[in-house]
Amino acid sequence: MAAGAKVDVPAGLDFIQLLTPEGERLEHPDFPLEISASEIRELYRDLALVRRFDIEATALQRQGELGIWAQVLGQEAAQIGSGRALLPGDMVFPTYREHGVAWCRGIAPENLLQLFRGVNFGGWDPAQHNFGLYTIVIGAQTLHAVGYAMGMQKDGAEDAVIVYFGDGASSEGDVNESFIFAASYNAPVVFFLQNNQWAISVPEERQSRIPLYRRAHGFGFPGVRVDGNDVLACLAVTRKALEHARTGQGPFLIEAFTYRMGAHTTSDDPTRYRLASELETWKLRDPIERVKAYLSRNGLADAAFYDGVDAEAEELAGRVRSACLSMPEPKPLDIFNQVYAGGSPLVDEERLAYEDYLAGYDANSDAGSGRGGEH
Amino acid sequence: MTAIAIARALNMGLRKALESNPKVIIMGEDVGKLGGVFRVTDGLQKDFGDDRVMDTPLAESGIIGTAIGLAMRGYRPICEIQFDGFVFPAYDQIISQLAKLHYRSGGQVKMPVVIRIPFGGGIGAVEHHSESPEALFAHIAGLKVVACSNAADAFTMIQQAVASDDPIVFFEPKRRYWEKAELDTDLPLAQAFPLHAARVVRPGRHLTLLAYGPMVRVALDAAKVAADEGHELEVVDVRSLSPIDWETIAESVRHTGRCVIVHEAQVFLGMGAELAARITEKCFFSLQAPVLRVGGFATPYPPSRMEENFLPDLDRVLDAVDRSLAY
Repeated sequence: MAAGAKVDVPAGLDFIQLLTPEGERLEHPDFPLEISASEIRELYRDLALVRRFDIEATALQRQGELGIWAQVLGQEAAQIGSGRALLPGDMVFPTYREHGVAWCRGIAPENLLQLFRGVNFGGWDPAQHNFGLYTIVIGAQTLHAVGYAMGMQKDGAEDAVIVYFGDGASSEGDVNESFIFAASYNAPVVFFLQNNQWAISVPEERQSRIPLYRRAHGFGFPGVRVDGNDVLACLAVTRKALEHARTGQGPFLIEAFTYRMGAHTTSDDPTRYRLASELETWKLRDPIERVKAYLSRNGLADAAFYDGVDAEAEELAGRVRSACLSMPEPKPLDIFNQVYAGGSPLVDEERLAYEDYLAGYDANSDAGSGRGGEH
Repeated sequence: MTAIAIARALNMGLRKALESNPKVIIMGEDVGKLGGVFRVTDGLQKDFGDDRVMDTPLAESGIIGTAIGLAMRGYRPICEIQFDGFVFPAYDQIISQLAKLHYRSGGQVKMPVVIRIPFGGGIGAVEHHSESPEALFAHIAGLKVVACSNAADAFTMIQQAVASDDPIVFFEPKRRYWEKAELDTDLPLAQAFPLHAARVVRPGRHLTLLAYGPMVRVALDAAKVAADEGHELEVVDVRSLSPIDWETIAESVRHTGRCVIVHEAQVFLGMGAELAARITEKCFFSLQAPVLRVGGFATPYPPSRMEENFLPDLDRVLDAVDRSLAY
């Protein structure tokens, strides 16, 4: 692969778009969208708040308050558009980057930080929000989503599942097996593939020779590509796909064509493998700017509205920061909690032994760090 | 001789392996332009081309499965698995195919495949990035398993692993990647310390500490502190987890009469279980205390804010040493 030879968005824009980067509203015959000005303002607010949260989390990581952070920067429209298409009964299976979808499901943003700060592996009850735990092993959640959807189907529920994954994950065996199971059982599941162009340093062309949405056809269900930086198109397409699933028509693949504007995580350095000019190109397609352009151009929002959102964003950032800094530290013996639903004598024995060990450590400074050396 | 970090020593060893044989190839996620997430393959694609240093699709089973096919065709693939916890999608290919092909083919099919895995915790990572699955591989007949603990070994062991006609799972101590040591890059491979041998890294007469990978540093630190208290601990770097160099280990334990085994992996059915059982058989009449083990708890690897409690440290090692010496 030649250095920096990334495919650009095809000239003919081979995707569904309802709002251009310049803020011009388009119609699509298959994906109509009735939406009021106030609803669009709400979407703007979602996008702006999620971005501000993401910036704050990144700053917290840089200051050593989080072990790592996976930025959502650039993918806000894909997540807010699809997230706002969900009904309360729908179930979400996320990767580790679905901060925008979590926002739509009513999960307090500060709770998302717990995993990244390293105080626990969750931070919310999946059943309460119909939003599964973040999944770090790539693609594993797609099979869980299909199984959950099969359960909904057996229960006669009129809900659907949406599962998020990426262009890199599309190569995993689990993802391909999930397509097969979903098709075989006609499961009510929407596969929402955010093609952000990069699996850490590996470009999408290494994962697929055809546009990823076309994979669905080979598995026997519909697939479409949507402008992932267009919140209106993501909303309209996801609504339709969920309706397709809910009405017994089976799985649906959405490829949201977007861009990871930040690094893979705060541990990554994208300057080693992609050109700065690529980011500049994508900045012109920013998911938030186009909504602002549309609202402003049509006189649907004034300075007071934007000032209000900005103030709310700053308030959110402050709240997230103080919640992060005041997060309770887990206690050493918490390690032994919840290993088994029914308990285990082995775990109990080790917990007791470690408790004794810690007690001796406290009682006798000689047994503690007083002995020196590395810890 | 210059001081080189483990990650860099591995990089230099890989470079030598690529130079030594045109059939040697590297494959994995992000090993090309990025140079791997730990930069172990830094610059290799630039110098050897993307035909020999291949960024693969994001699919671990695919990486190992195709490496098996490449090996059948005469290549010697070095596969990188990005983190310990991501090896499991490839586990079927490793266990059911890679480990068994030589046996199934009556020795006709050789599998000179190296699987590099950065392993262990202590880096404040999120889940699946800090695990120690070595016993899950050492348990499987047909695989060889090694773990390096320092830069000099990293440099030679990776080359020896590539030269092996058997599949080798090569564990790298990720939290020690940046620790430096003196390294003789001109030493011919034939004269290097054997791959499947344990090594006494600090002599002593009161107790044998067995460790490998990232825990060798902890064992050496413990021995230093114990020396101040009048106890001379012998530290043995096990290095090869399958096969195990019983001769070196048994000789040490017969000499000291006591043994403490240290690893990050869960104690329950970990490498220490096999080591302790065999040491008891071989050294029964020399032992003055039961063989003790220090390691992870019978829990999943915990969230990073608790990992320092999970990982054996100087104090937990010395606590076990005290208990052994008190017998």
